[in-house]
Amino acid sequence: MSSKSKPVLTSSLGKKLIMSLTGLFLCSFLVVHLIGNLQLFKDDAGYAFNNYAYFMTHFTPIKVVSYLLYASIVIHAVYALILTRQNKAARPVGYYKSSGNENSKWNSRNMGILGTVILVFLVTHMQHFWWQYKFGTTPYVEYQTELATGNRQIIASDDLPSDYTGYKIYVNNGVEIVQSKDLYKQVAYIFQNPFIVLLYIVAMAALAFHLIHGFQSAFQTLGFNHRRYIGLVRGIGIWVFGIIIPIAFATMPLYFYFKSL
Amino acid sequence: MSKELNLTLKVWRQRNNKAKGQFVTIQANNIADDMSFLEMLDVVNEDLTRKGEDPIYFDHDCREGICGMCSLVINGRPHGPKEGTTTCQLHMRSFHDGQTIVIEPWRAAAFPVLKDLAVDRTAFDRIQQAGGYVNVNTGGVPDANTIPIPKRIADEAFESATCIGCGACVAACKNASAMLFVSAKVSQFALLPQGQTERYERAQAMVDQMDKEGFGSCTNTGACEAECPVGIKLTNIARLNREYLNAKIFRQEDVHS
Repeated sequence: MSSKSKPVLTSSLGKKLIMSLTGLFLCSFLVVHLIGNLQLFKDDAGYAFNNYAYFMTHFTPIKVVSYLLYASIVIHAVYALILTRQNKAARPVGYYKSSGNENSKWNSRNMGILGTVILVFLVTHMQHFWWQYKFGTTPYVEYQTELATGNRQIIASDDLPSDYTGYKIYVNNGVEIVQSKDLYKQVAYIFQNPFIVLLYIVAMAALAFHLIHGFQSAFQTLGFNHRRYIGLVRGIGIWVFGIIIPIAFATMPLYFYFKSL
Repeated sequence: MSKELNLTLKVWRQRNNKAKGQFVTIQANNIADDMSFLEMLDVVNEDLTRKGEDPIYFDHDCREGICGMCSLVINGRPHGPKEGTTTCQLHMRSFHDGQTIVIEPWRAAAFPVLKDLAVDRTAFDRIQQAGGYVNVNTGGVPDANTIPIPKRIADEAFESATCIGCGACVAACKNASAMLFVSAKVSQFALLPQGQTERYERAQAMVDQMDKEGFGSCTNTGACEAECPVGIKLTNIARLNREYLNAKIFRQEDVHS
């Protein structure tokens, strides 16, 4: 046996390791993203959500993690492409008659297609919110909250001075004043469009099927497969990442669409 | 009483590994349903020979399901529609009268077609030669049970060692991945005391050879497990991943620079 072996990342197992680790990191992001976005359902004209959006885009440790996240998406997609090309090359002549569903699940065989749908969604999703928030025409809003009573007054962008910029939070005569970009309004605006709502729902369906296979597959790639915990891993993959999270995300566009009617 | 079947075979015919192959439709009449699939092909071949045509070339040897020589993708499934069986153990009673049966060779870049339905599976041999063995000094026969091995470990190793190397896992996998085969071969040694000396070198050497042969990577679809005639489990693939990543990260042999 030779003791010199190829570097880990050049092997098929090493590439799968990359897929597994980036995939699980993206899964962990979904949990945080969902919990944060649940604030969209608060009936406070976006006060909590807009403060949260400012925090998430300006707190340095979160910013570092967000760059790791963007890198993970790119690496996950690039390695998927490399692996898919190699896998296609491993069978240059296909079968005339393919057994398909008789020995494996459809989603496990079509992770690339599901992933592509998710990637297309991500680009439009980033354009809708991330780009608009950072460089676009997201309106401003001012919340004036009387700290003693909790009464809140909302001043929309039309009534604010035209040179109004930046994020401010201060207390003046017992009134808390928050000036912020109104991402909440942008969310409500985007989801008035039924086609965008449909795109989001289709993307969440793709995400569900991607993760029902992907989550447990990531653990298998890392070598975790033992009867003691494999049931838990599969359960989390199906129920949390395959059902609860995609459905919870899909309710957001639906909520704003029906609210706009 | 055995019934007789009349079947239409759609068989892949290819003169040699350079030639371009094609499907040829052959009628197989008066086939007894007690026959094995390979016996059915024997009857068809006798017919072809009598007519002066080239018989269908296919791999077979023991014809009792233990050698791993027979292959064939039958109606889209390696070793045919029955679970946990090789083609030689598949009987014609699994088919019905008038059925069209598509017979194809294993399809993989690493398994080039030699002729008709026979493919070159020496890629598996080269993977085995890369590390699927133990180096021991031979000498006198040791007493039985001098090396204690817990029964559950011995059973697990035996389960892995039942792999007959037929290549159905590669044929079934959408990526033509050899992971189930390699993982079974790595597992049987990784579990037993005799395999410990070269445990991490073995995993690396066999994975390197597997990649070199041009097999695809594992997408964990589970098709290999479903089609394996001897029931090799996906847990073997998880073990191979552990062995390989362990070897790469901890490198038992050369932790010092």
